[in-house]
Amino acid sequence: MSVKLTIIQQMEQIAREHGKILAPLKEDLVLADCGLDSLGFAVLVARLEDTLGLDPFTAAEDAFFPVTLGDFVKVYEHGGR
Amino acid sequence: MAGVEAPSLRDSIANAPAPRFFWDRAAAARFTDLDCGTSLGGRLADLAGRSVLVATASQLTTALALIELDAVARRLVILPPDAEAEHLGAVIAAAGIDAVIDDGAPPNAALELPVRITCAYSIAPTAESLPARVRTEWVLMTSGMTGAPKMVMHDLAGLTVAMQARSPADGAAVWGTFYDIRRYGGLQIFLRAVRGGASLVLSNAGEPVADHLARLAEHGVTHLSGTPSQWRRALMSPAIQNIAPRYVRLSGEIADQAILDSLRAAFPQAAIGHAYASTEAGVGFDVNDGLAGFPAGYFGAIRNGVEMKILDGSLRLRSRGVASSYVGGGQALADADGFVDTGDMVERRGDRYYFTGRRGGIINIGGLKVHPEEIEAVINRHPQVRMSLVRPKRNPITGSIVVADVVLKSEQQGTAARQIEVRDDILKFCREALPRHKVPAAISFVPALNVAATGKLLRRQG
Repeated sequence: MSVKLTIIQQMEQIAREHGKILAPLKEDLVLADCGLDSLGFAVLVARLEDTLGLDPFTAAEDAFFPVTLGDFVKVYEHGGR
Repeated sequence: MAGVEAPSLRDSIANAPAPRFFWDRAAAARFTDLDCGTSLGGRLADLAGRSVLVATASQLTTALALIELDAVARRLVILPPDAEAEHLGAVIAAAGIDAVIDDGAPPNAALELPVRITCAYSIAPTAESLPARVRTEWVLMTSGMTGAPKMVMHDLAGLTVAMQARSPADGAAVWGTFYDIRRYGGLQIFLRAVRGGASLVLSNAGEPVADHLARLAEHGVTHLSGTPSQWRRALMSPAIQNIAPRYVRLSGEIADQAILDSLRAAFPQAAIGHAYASTEAGVGFDVNDGLAGFPAGYFGAIRNGVEMKILDGSLRLRSRGVASSYVGGGQALADADGFVDTGDMVERRGDRYYFTGRRGGIINIGGLKVHPEEIEAVINRHPQVRMSLVRPKRNPITGSIVVADVVLKSEQQGTAARQIEVRDDILKFCREALPRHKVPAAISFVPALNVAATGKLLRRQG
Protein backbone atom coordinates (compact mmCIF):
# COMPACT_ATOMS: atom_id res chain seq x y z
CA MET A 1 0.00 0.00 0.00
CA SER A 2 1.33 3.45 -0.86
CA VAL A 3 2.29 5.86 1.88
CA LYS A 4 -0.38 8.24 0.70
CA LEU A 5 -3.10 5.59 0.77
CA THR A 6 -2.03 4.47 4.25
CA ILE A 7 -2.26 8.03 5.54
CA ILE A 8 -5.67 8.61 4.00
CA GLN A 9 -7.05 5.36 5.35
CA GLN A 10 -5.78 6.20 8.84
CA MET A 11 -7.29 9.67 8.64
CA GLU A 12 -10.64 8.21 7.66
CA GLN A 13 -10.43 5.61 10.42
CA ILE A 14 -9.62 8.22 13.09
CA ALA A 15 -12.35 10.53 11.84
CA ARG A 16 -14.82 7.65 12.25
CA GLU A 17 -13.53 6.85 15.74
CA HIS A 18 -13.65 10.48 16.83
CA GLY A 19 -16.99 11.22 15.19
CA LYS A 20 -15.52 13.85 12.85
CA ILE A 21 -16.36 14.60 9.24
CA LEU A 22 -13.37 14.95 6.91
CA ALA A 23 -13.13 17.49 4.14
CA PRO A 24 -12.36 15.99 0.69
CA LEU A 25 -8.76 14.79 1.01
CA LYS A 26 -7.08 16.67 -1.82
CA GLU A 27 -3.37 17.46 -2.15
CA ASP A 28 -3.81 21.15 -1.37
CA LEU A 29 -6.18 20.64 1.56
CA VAL A 30 -4.98 22.75 4.50
CA LEU A 31 -4.59 20.30 7.38
CA ALA A 32 -6.03 22.74 9.88
CA ASP A 33 -9.27 22.61 7.90
CA CYS A 34 -9.37 18.87 7.28
CA GLY A 35 -11.76 18.03 10.12
CA LEU A 36 -9.34 16.37 12.55
CA ASP A 37 -8.44 18.28 15.70
CA SER A 38 -5.06 18.25 17.43
CA LEU A 39 -5.88 15.04 19.31
CA GLY A 40 -6.86 13.46 16.01
CA PHE A 41 -3.49 14.42 14.52
CA ALA A 42 -1.70 13.19 17.61
CA VAL A 43 -3.35 9.78 17.18
CA LEU A 44 -2.61 9.86 13.43
CA VAL A 45 1.11 10.41 14.00
CA ALA A 46 1.20 7.65 16.62
CA ARG A 47 -0.63 5.18 14.34
CA LEU A 48 1.55 6.03 11.36
CA GLU A 49 4.61 5.36 13.46
CA ASP A 50 3.23 1.86 14.06
CA THR A 51 2.29 1.17 10.45
CA LEU A 52 5.12 3.00 8.62
CA GLY A 53 7.75 2.61 11.33
CA LEU A 54 8.53 6.31 11.44
CA ASP A 55 7.64 9.49 13.32
CA PRO A 56 9.29 12.19 11.20
CA PHE A 57 8.25 15.01 13.54
CA THR A 58 9.65 13.72 16.81
CA ALA A 59 12.77 12.57 14.98
CA ALA A 60 13.32 15.99 13.37
CA GLU A 61 15.74 18.44 14.91
CA ASP A 62 13.64 21.49 14.07
CA ALA A 63 10.04 21.91 15.04
CA PHE A 64 8.02 21.89 11.87
CA PHE A 65 4.67 20.72 10.70
CA PRO A 66 3.41 20.65 7.11
CA VAL A 67 0.57 22.93 6.09
CA THR A 68 -1.19 20.89 3.39
CA LEU A 69 -2.05 17.23 3.08
CA GLY A 70 0.32 16.97 0.11
CA ASP A 71 3.20 18.29 2.23
CA PHE A 72 2.25 15.92 5.06
CA VAL A 73 2.39 12.91 2.72
CA LYS A 74 5.74 14.06 1.34
CA VAL A 75 7.25 14.21 4.81
CA TYR A 76 6.44 10.54 5.28
CA GLU A 77 7.47 9.58 1.75
CA HIS A 78 10.86 11.20 2.28
CA GLY A 79 11.40 9.62 5.65
CA GLY A 80 11.29 12.86 7.56
CA ARG A 81 14.07 14.61 5.68
CA MET B 1 0.50 4.32 73.13
CA ALA B 2 3.45 5.31 75.27
CA GLY B 3 3.95 2.96 78.17
CA VAL B 4 1.85 0.20 76.61
CA GLU B 5 4.20 -2.49 75.41
CA ALA B 6 3.09 -4.61 72.50
CA PRO B 7 3.91 -8.27 73.00
CA SER B 8 7.16 -9.14 71.26
CA LEU B 9 7.19 -11.61 68.38
CA ARG B 10 8.86 -14.05 70.77
CA ASP B 11 5.88 -13.67 73.11
CA SER B 12 3.61 -14.52 70.18
CA ILE B 13 5.36 -17.79 69.35
CA ALA B 14 5.49 -18.77 73.02
CA ASN B 15 1.70 -18.53 72.94
CA ALA B 16 1.26 -20.45 69.68
CA PRO B 17 -1.21 -23.29 70.18
CA ALA B 18 0.87 -25.81 68.20
CA PRO B 19 4.08 -25.99 66.18
CA ARG B 20 4.02 -23.62 63.20
CA PHE B 21 6.21 -23.45 60.11
CA PHE B 22 7.76 -21.18 57.53
CA TRP B 23 8.12 -23.00 54.24
CA ASP B 24 10.10 -21.96 51.21
CA ARG B 25 11.38 -23.93 48.23
CA ALA B 26 14.40 -25.26 50.07
CA ALA B 27 13.43 -25.60 53.70
CA ALA B 28 10.81 -25.97 56.37
CA ALA B 29 11.55 -24.10 59.58
CA ARG B 30 9.46 -24.88 62.66
CA PHE B 31 9.67 -21.33 63.88
CA THR B 32 7.79 -21.92 67.11
CA ASP B 33 11.01 -23.69 68.20
CA LEU B 34 12.59 -20.23 68.48
CA ASP B 35 10.90 -20.05 71.87
CA CYS B 36 13.85 -22.11 73.17
CA GLY B 37 16.05 -22.06 70.10
CA THR B 38 18.12 -19.89 67.80
CA SER B 39 19.04 -19.48 64.16
CA LEU B 40 21.62 -16.82 65.04
CA GLY B 41 24.09 -19.07 66.80
CA GLY B 42 22.85 -18.04 70.21
CA ARG B 43 24.54 -14.67 69.83
CA LEU B 44 21.73 -12.37 70.88
CA ALA B 45 23.97 -10.84 73.54
CA ASP B 46 26.23 -9.53 70.73
CA LEU B 47 23.25 -7.97 69.00
CA ALA B 48 21.47 -6.49 72.02
CA GLY B 49 20.94 -2.75 71.69
CA ARG B 50 22.50 -2.55 68.25
CA SER B 51 21.20 -1.15 65.00
CA VAL B 52 21.01 -4.30 62.92
CA LEU B 53 20.82 -4.55 59.14
CA VAL B 54 18.89 -7.66 58.10
CA ALA B 55 20.51 -8.40 54.74
CA THR B 56 19.58 -12.02 54.21
CA ALA B 57 19.10 -13.41 50.72
CA SER B 58 16.06 -15.52 51.53
CA GLN B 59 12.76 -14.52 53.08
CA LEU B 60 12.81 -17.56 55.35
CA THR B 61 15.97 -16.48 57.16
CA THR B 62 14.64 -12.91 57.27
CA ALA B 63 11.54 -14.22 59.04
CA LEU B 64 13.56 -16.20 61.59
CA ALA B 65 15.93 -13.30 62.29
CA LEU B 66 13.08 -10.82 62.78
CA ILE B 67 11.46 -13.02 65.42
CA GLU B 68 14.72 -13.39 67.32
CA LEU B 69 15.72 -9.75 67.09
CA ASP B 70 12.43 -8.04 67.94
CA ALA B 71 12.73 -6.56 71.45
CA VAL B 72 16.48 -7.35 71.39
CA ALA B 73 17.94 -5.02 68.76
CA ARG B 74 17.55 -1.27 69.23
CA ARG B 75 16.76 -0.94 65.54
CA LEU B 76 16.01 -3.44 62.76
CA VAL B 77 16.68 -2.19 59.25
CA ILE B 78 15.16 -4.57 56.72
CA LEU B 79 16.96 -4.57 53.39
CA PRO B 80 14.63 -5.29 50.46
CA PRO B 81 15.84 -7.87 47.94
CA ASP B 82 16.20 -5.35 45.14
CA ALA B 83 18.17 -2.79 47.14
CA GLU B 84 20.93 -1.19 45.09
CA ALA B 85 24.40 -1.98 46.38
CA GLU B 86 25.46 1.60 45.68
CA HIS B 87 23.04 2.89 48.35
CA LEU B 88 24.25 0.53 51.10
CA GLY B 89 26.91 2.85 52.46
CA ALA B 90 24.43 5.70 52.82
CA VAL B 91 21.90 3.40 54.49
CA ILE B 92 24.46 2.15 56.99
CA ALA B 93 25.60 5.67 57.85
CA ALA B 94 22.12 7.19 58.12
CA ALA B 95 20.73 4.38 60.28
CA GLY B 96 23.80 4.05 62.48
CA ILE B 97 24.05 0.36 61.60
CA ASP B 98 26.65 -1.55 63.61
CA ALA B 99 25.67 -5.17 62.97
CA VAL B 100 24.54 -7.21 59.98
CA ILE B 101 22.67 -10.47 59.58
CA ASP B 102 23.23 -12.43 56.38
CA ASP B 103 22.46 -16.01 55.46
CA GLY B 104 25.75 -17.08 54.00
CA ALA B 105 25.69 -15.18 50.73
CA PRO B 106 29.01 -13.45 50.03
CA PRO B 107 29.11 -10.33 52.19
CA ASN B 108 29.17 -7.02 50.41
CA ALA B 109 32.38 -5.05 50.82
CA ALA B 110 30.35 -2.24 52.38
CA LEU B 111 29.29 -4.56 55.17
CA GLU B 112 32.50 -4.45 57.21
CA LEU B 113 30.64 -3.92 60.46
CA PRO B 114 31.58 -4.74 64.07
CA VAL B 115 29.20 -7.69 64.25
CA ARG B 116 28.30 -10.02 61.40
CA ILE B 117 26.18 -13.06 62.08
CA THR B 118 24.90 -15.65 59.64
CA CYS B 119 21.33 -16.76 60.11
CA ALA B 120 20.86 -20.51 59.68
CA TYR B 121 17.90 -22.15 57.96
CA SER B 122 17.56 -24.47 60.93
CA ILE B 123 16.86 -23.75 64.58
CA ALA B 124 19.24 -25.07 67.21
CA PRO B 125 18.27 -25.47 70.86
CA THR B 126 19.76 -22.82 73.10
CA ALA B 127 19.77 -22.10 76.79
CA GLU B 128 20.98 -18.52 76.43
CA SER B 129 19.16 -16.00 78.53
CA LEU B 130 17.47 -13.15 76.71
CA PRO B 131 19.01 -9.68 76.81
CA ALA B 132 17.05 -6.87 78.44
CA ARG B 133 13.88 -6.18 76.53
CA VAL B 134 13.84 -3.02 74.39
CA ARG B 135 11.27 -1.36 72.17
CA THR B 136 12.75 -2.08 68.77
CA GLU B 137 12.51 0.43 65.94
CA TRP B 138 11.49 -1.27 62.72
CA VAL B 139 12.84 0.43 59.61
CA LEU B 140 11.47 -0.33 56.15
CA MET B 141 12.71 1.01 52.85
CA THR B 142 10.45 2.53 50.26
CA SER B 143 10.88 1.86 46.61
CA GLY B 144 11.66 5.21 45.10
CA MET B 145 11.98 4.98 41.35
CA THR B 146 15.04 7.19 41.45
CA GLY B 147 17.74 7.99 43.98
CA ALA B 148 18.38 6.49 47.37
CA PRO B 149 15.51 4.67 49.10
CA LYS B 150 13.81 6.40 52.00
CA MET B 151 13.97 4.66 55.35
CA VAL B 152 10.65 4.69 57.16
CA MET B 153 10.52 4.10 60.90
CA HIS B 154 7.78 2.12 62.62
CA ASP B 155 7.45 0.15 65.83
CA LEU B 156 5.82 -3.23 66.27
CA ALA B 157 2.74 -1.81 68.00
CA GLY B 158 2.10 0.44 64.98
CA LEU B 159 2.81 -2.28 62.43
CA THR B 160 0.36 -4.66 64.10
CA VAL B 161 -2.31 -2.18 65.21
CA ALA B 162 -4.78 -3.28 62.52
CA MET B 163 -4.41 -6.91 63.56
CA GLN B 164 -5.28 -6.35 67.20
CA ALA B 165 -8.61 -4.93 66.15
CA ARG B 166 -9.56 -8.23 64.54
CA SER B 167 -11.15 -11.40 65.77
CA PRO B 168 -9.13 -13.95 67.76
CA ALA B 169 -6.41 -15.68 65.80
CA ASP B 170 -7.41 -18.55 63.60
CA GLY B 171 -4.87 -21.15 64.65
CA ALA B 172 -5.47 -23.43 61.71
CA ALA B 173 -4.62 -20.76 59.17
CA VAL B 174 -1.84 -21.16 56.63
CA TRP B 175 -0.90 -17.81 55.20
CA GLY B 176 0.74 -17.29 51.86
CA THR B 177 1.83 -14.17 50.08
CA PHE B 178 3.06 -13.26 46.63
CA TYR B 179 4.78 -10.27 48.25
CA ASP B 180 8.24 -10.23 49.68
CA ILE B 181 8.04 -9.93 53.47
CA ARG B 182 10.82 -7.32 53.43
CA ARG B 183 8.35 -4.78 52.09
CA TYR B 184 5.42 -3.28 54.00
CA GLY B 185 2.70 -5.36 52.33
CA GLY B 186 4.56 -8.63 52.83
CA LEU B 187 5.68 -7.74 56.34
CA GLN B 188 2.01 -7.30 57.25
CA ILE B 189 1.37 -10.90 56.21
CA PHE B 190 4.42 -12.19 58.08
CA LEU B 191 3.23 -10.38 61.22
CA ARG B 192 -0.33 -11.63 60.78
CA ALA B 193 0.92 -15.20 60.59
CA VAL B 194 3.22 -14.92 63.62
CA ARG B 195 0.73 -12.91 65.69
CA GLY B 196 -2.12 -15.20 64.71
CA GLY B 197 -0.35 -18.47 65.43
CA ALA B 198 -0.38 -19.49 61.78
CA SER B 199 2.15 -21.00 59.39
CA LEU B 200 3.40 -19.10 56.34
CA VAL B 201 4.41 -20.18 52.84
CA LEU B 202 7.16 -17.98 51.38
CA SER B 203 8.42 -17.61 47.84
CA ASN B 204 12.00 -17.73 46.62
CA ALA B 205 13.79 -15.25 44.45
CA GLY B 206 13.09 -15.88 40.79
CA GLU B 207 10.72 -18.73 41.53
CA PRO B 208 8.21 -19.38 38.72
CA VAL B 209 4.62 -18.57 39.71
CA ALA B 210 3.55 -22.14 38.95
CA ASP B 211 6.13 -23.54 41.42
CA HIS B 212 5.04 -21.11 44.13
CA LEU B 213 1.40 -22.03 43.54
CA ALA B 214 2.27 -25.73 43.72
CA ARG B 215 3.89 -25.19 47.12
CA LEU B 216 0.93 -23.12 48.32
CA ALA B 217 -1.30 -26.05 47.32
CA GLU B 218 0.98 -28.60 48.96
CA HIS B 219 0.78 -26.79 52.31
CA GLY B 220 -2.95 -26.15 52.02
CA VAL B 221 -2.86 -22.34 52.01
CA THR B 222 -5.99 -20.84 53.58
CA HIS B 223 -5.18 -17.11 53.45
CA LEU B 224 -3.42 -15.67 50.41
CA SER B 225 -2.34 -12.13 49.72
CA GLY B 226 -0.86 -10.25 46.79
CA THR B 227 -1.11 -7.20 44.59
CA PRO B 228 -3.70 -7.12 41.78
CA SER B 229 -0.81 -7.54 39.30
CA GLN B 230 0.47 -10.60 41.16
CA TRP B 231 -3.04 -12.06 41.26
CA ARG B 232 -3.54 -11.43 37.53
CA ARG B 233 -0.29 -13.24 36.86
CA ALA B 234 -1.32 -16.12 39.14
CA LEU B 235 -4.67 -16.39 37.37
CA MET B 236 -2.77 -16.99 34.12
CA SER B 237 -1.25 -20.15 35.58
CA PRO B 238 -3.22 -23.41 35.40
CA ALA B 239 -1.69 -24.25 38.82
CA ILE B 240 -4.14 -21.75 40.38
CA GLN B 241 -6.74 -24.53 40.20
CA ASN B 242 -4.92 -26.48 42.89
CA ILE B 243 -5.38 -23.93 45.66
CA ALA B 244 -8.58 -23.16 47.53
CA PRO B 245 -7.94 -20.29 49.96
CA ARG B 246 -10.70 -19.26 52.35
CA TYR B 247 -9.48 -15.67 52.30
CA VAL B 248 -8.11 -13.81 49.31
CA ARG B 249 -6.57 -10.41 49.92
CA LEU B 250 -5.38 -7.71 47.54
CA SER B 251 -3.41 -4.60 48.34
CA GLY B 252 -0.56 -2.46 47.06
CA GLU B 253 -2.27 -1.39 43.84
CA ILE B 254 -5.77 -0.36 42.78
CA ALA B 255 -8.08 -3.36 42.87
CA ASP B 256 -10.36 -2.83 39.88
CA GLN B 257 -13.71 -4.55 39.44
CA ALA B 258 -12.31 -6.90 36.80
CA ILE B 259 -9.75 -8.52 39.12
CA LEU B 260 -12.25 -8.73 41.98
CA ASP B 261 -14.72 -10.48 39.66
CA SER B 262 -12.03 -12.79 38.28
CA LEU B 263 -11.04 -13.84 41.79
CA ARG B 264 -14.69 -14.34 42.73
CA ALA B 265 -15.07 -16.65 39.72
CA ALA B 266 -11.86 -18.54 40.57
CA PHE B 267 -12.64 -18.89 44.29
CA PRO B 268 -16.43 -18.90 44.67
CA GLN B 269 -16.24 -19.93 48.35
CA ALA B 270 -13.58 -17.46 49.50
CA ALA B 271 -13.93 -14.18 51.32
CA ILE B 272 -12.30 -11.62 49.02
CA GLY B 273 -11.08 -8.33 50.37
CA HIS B 274 -8.93 -5.50 49.17
CA ALA B 275 -6.96 -3.41 51.60
CA TYR B 276 -5.38 0.00 51.49
CA ALA B 277 -2.02 0.52 53.18
CA SER B 278 1.29 2.19 52.48
CA THR B 279 4.76 2.06 53.97
CA GLU B 280 4.48 5.60 55.31
CA ALA B 281 0.77 5.83 56.14
CA GLY B 282 0.35 2.32 57.53
CA VAL B 283 -2.86 0.35 57.23
CA GLY B 284 -5.85 2.39 56.08
CA PHE B 285 -8.85 0.14 55.61
CA ASP B 286 -10.24 -3.11 54.25
CA VAL B 287 -13.07 -3.38 51.74
CA ASN B 288 -14.94 -6.67 51.89
CA ASP B 289 -18.08 -6.13 49.79
CA GLY B 290 -16.53 -7.37 46.56
CA LEU B 291 -16.71 -3.95 44.92
CA ALA B 292 -13.91 -1.72 43.69
CA GLY B 293 -13.36 1.55 45.55
CA PHE B 294 -14.60 2.16 49.08
CA PRO B 295 -17.75 3.56 50.69
CA ALA B 296 -17.94 7.33 51.12
CA GLY B 297 -18.90 6.64 54.74
CA TYR B 298 -15.28 5.75 55.50
CA PHE B 299 -14.65 9.48 55.80
CA GLY B 300 -15.81 11.51 58.73
CA ALA B 301 -15.42 8.88 61.44
CA ILE B 302 -12.49 7.17 63.11
CA ARG B 303 -12.64 3.60 61.84
CA ASN B 304 -10.39 1.03 63.53
CA GLY B 305 -8.29 3.90 64.79
CA VAL B 306 -7.80 5.41 61.34
CA GLU B 307 -8.92 8.90 60.27
CA MET B 308 -9.07 9.80 56.60
CA LYS B 309 -9.40 13.02 54.68
CA ILE B 310 -8.88 14.32 51.16
CA LEU B 311 -6.74 17.33 50.40
CA ASP B 312 -5.78 18.45 46.89
CA GLY B 313 -7.39 15.29 45.56
CA SER B 314 -5.22 12.82 47.45
CA LEU B 315 -6.04 10.53 50.35
CA ARG B 316 -4.52 11.45 53.75
CA LEU B 317 -4.39 9.10 56.73
CA ARG B 318 -3.81 9.57 60.44
CA SER B 319 -3.56 6.64 62.84
CA ARG B 320 -1.33 4.79 65.29
CA GLY B 321 -0.11 2.80 62.28
CA VAL B 322 1.43 5.84 60.61
CA ALA B 323 5.23 5.70 60.50
CA SER B 324 6.94 7.85 63.11
CA SER B 325 9.57 9.46 60.87
CA TYR B 326 12.10 9.04 58.12
CA VAL B 327 15.46 7.84 59.38
CA GLY B 328 18.06 10.50 58.82
CA GLY B 329 15.59 13.36 59.03
CA GLY B 330 15.03 15.33 55.89
CA GLN B 331 11.47 15.91 54.89
CA ALA B 332 8.54 15.61 57.27
CA LEU B 333 6.51 12.45 56.99
CA ALA B 334 3.20 13.86 58.23
CA ASP B 335 1.63 17.30 58.21
CA ALA B 336 1.26 19.40 61.35
CA ASP B 337 -1.91 17.50 62.27
CA GLY B 338 -0.30 14.10 61.87
CA PHE B 339 -1.90 13.23 58.52
CA VAL B 340 0.26 11.47 55.94
CA ASP B 341 -0.28 12.34 52.28
CA THR B 342 -0.45 8.99 50.49
CA GLY B 343 -0.06 10.54 47.02
CA ASP B 344 -2.94 8.30 45.91
CA MET B 345 -5.62 10.31 44.12
CA VAL B 346 -9.28 9.55 44.75
CA GLU B 347 -12.54 10.73 43.22
CA ARG B 348 -16.14 10.27 44.26
CA ARG B 349 -18.66 8.56 41.99
CA GLY B 350 -22.06 8.04 43.60
CA ASP B 351 -21.70 6.78 47.15
CA ARG B 352 -18.18 5.41 46.73
CA TYR B 353 -14.70 6.74 46.30
CA TYR B 354 -12.37 5.28 43.69
CA PHE B 355 -8.61 5.47 43.39
CA THR B 356 -7.65 7.06 40.09
CA GLY B 357 -3.86 6.77 40.25
CA ARG B 358 -0.67 8.23 41.70
CA ARG B 359 -0.22 11.98 41.84
CA GLY B 360 3.17 11.64 40.12
CA GLY B 361 1.82 9.32 37.43
CA ILE B 362 -0.42 11.77 35.61
CA ILE B 363 0.01 11.90 31.83
CA ASN B 364 -0.56 15.25 30.16
CA ILE B 365 -2.18 14.98 26.72
CA GLY B 366 -2.18 18.44 25.21
CA GLY B 367 -3.22 19.93 28.54
CA LEU B 368 -5.72 17.20 29.42
CA LYS B 369 -4.69 15.09 32.40
CA VAL B 370 -5.13 11.37 32.67
CA HIS B 371 -4.12 8.64 35.11
CA PRO B 372 -2.99 5.47 33.34
CA GLU B 373 -4.76 3.39 36.00
CA GLU B 374 -8.23 4.65 35.07
CA ILE B 375 -7.71 3.55 31.46
CA GLU B 376 -6.32 0.19 32.57
CA ALA B 377 -9.41 -0.34 34.71
CA VAL B 378 -11.58 0.03 31.59
CA ILE B 379 -9.38 -2.19 29.41
CA ASN B 380 -9.24 -4.84 32.14
CA ARG B 381 -13.03 -5.02 32.15
CA HIS B 382 -12.92 -6.43 28.63
CA PRO B 383 -13.70 -10.15 28.94
CA GLN B 384 -10.69 -11.23 26.91
CA VAL B 385 -8.13 -9.14 28.78
CA ARG B 386 -6.04 -10.47 31.65
CA MET B 387 -4.02 -7.34 32.42
CA SER B 388 -2.83 -4.12 30.83
CA LEU B 389 -0.34 -1.30 31.10
CA VAL B 390 -1.12 2.17 29.84
CA ARG B 391 1.89 4.37 29.23
CA PRO B 392 2.65 7.76 27.74
CA LYS B 393 4.24 7.99 24.34
CA ARG B 394 5.94 11.15 23.16
CA ASN B 395 3.92 12.96 20.58
CA PRO B 396 4.88 16.00 18.48
CA ILE B 397 1.38 17.48 18.61
CA THR B 398 0.06 16.93 22.13
CA GLY B 399 3.33 16.33 23.96
CA SER B 400 2.13 12.90 25.02
CA ILE B 401 -0.45 10.39 24.01
CA VAL B 402 -1.46 7.18 25.70
CA VAL B 403 -0.78 3.71 24.33
CA ALA B 404 -1.59 0.37 25.92
CA ASP B 405 0.21 -2.96 26.26
CA VAL B 406 -2.31 -5.72 26.78
CA VAL B 407 -1.99 -9.32 27.97
CA LEU B 408 -4.89 -11.46 26.79
CA LYS B 409 -6.30 -14.36 28.74
CA SER B 410 -4.36 -17.39 27.56
CA GLU B 411 -7.21 -18.99 25.64
CA GLN B 412 -7.64 -15.80 23.57
CA GLN B 413 -4.21 -15.66 22.02
CA GLY B 414 -4.56 -16.82 18.47
CA THR B 415 -4.21 -15.79 14.89
CA ALA B 416 -3.19 -12.31 13.80
CA ALA B 417 -6.65 -11.77 12.33
CA ARG B 418 -8.22 -12.71 15.65
CA GLN B 419 -5.90 -10.28 17.44
CA ILE B 420 -6.93 -7.39 15.18
CA GLU B 421 -10.55 -8.21 15.91
CA VAL B 422 -9.92 -8.22 19.68
CA ARG B 423 -7.89 -5.01 19.46
CA ASP B 424 -10.68 -3.20 17.62
CA ASP B 425 -13.14 -4.51 20.15
CA ILE B 426 -11.06 -3.24 23.09
CA LEU B 427 -10.78 0.17 21.42
CA LYS B 428 -14.52 0.25 20.89
CA PHE B 429 -14.93 -0.66 24.56
CA CYS B 430 -12.65 2.25 25.54
CA ARG B 431 -14.43 4.70 23.26
CA GLU B 432 -17.74 3.84 24.87
CA ALA B 433 -16.41 4.32 28.40
CA LEU B 434 -13.82 7.09 28.14
CA PRO B 435 -13.45 10.59 26.74
CA ARG B 436 -11.50 10.71 23.48
CA HIS B 437 -8.14 11.74 24.87
CA LYS B 438 -8.11 8.75 27.23
CA VAL B 439 -8.62 6.20 24.47
CA PRO B 440 -5.25 4.60 23.65
CA ALA B 441 -3.86 5.64 20.27
CA ALA B 442 -2.43 2.16 19.88
CA ILE B 443 -2.78 -1.22 21.55
CA SER B 444 -0.02 -3.81 21.45
CA PHE B 445 -0.49 -7.38 22.58
CA VAL B 446 2.34 -8.64 24.75
CA PRO B 447 2.88 -12.07 26.31
CA ALA B 448 3.51 -10.62 29.79
CA LEU B 449 4.00 -7.38 31.67
CA ASN B 450 6.86 -6.69 34.04
CA VAL B 451 5.97 -6.72 37.71
CA ALA B 452 8.50 -5.03 39.99
CA ALA B 453 9.94 -6.65 43.12
CA THR B 454 7.33 -4.68 45.03
CA GLY B 455 4.60 -6.63 43.26
CA LYS B 456 3.46 -3.55 41.42
CA LEU B 457 3.21 -3.16 37.70
CA LEU B 458 6.47 -1.66 36.48
CA ARG B 459 5.78 1.78 35.07
CA ARG B 460 8.39 3.69 33.15
CA GLN B 461 8.12 7.26 32.11
CA GLY B 462 8.57 7.43 28.36
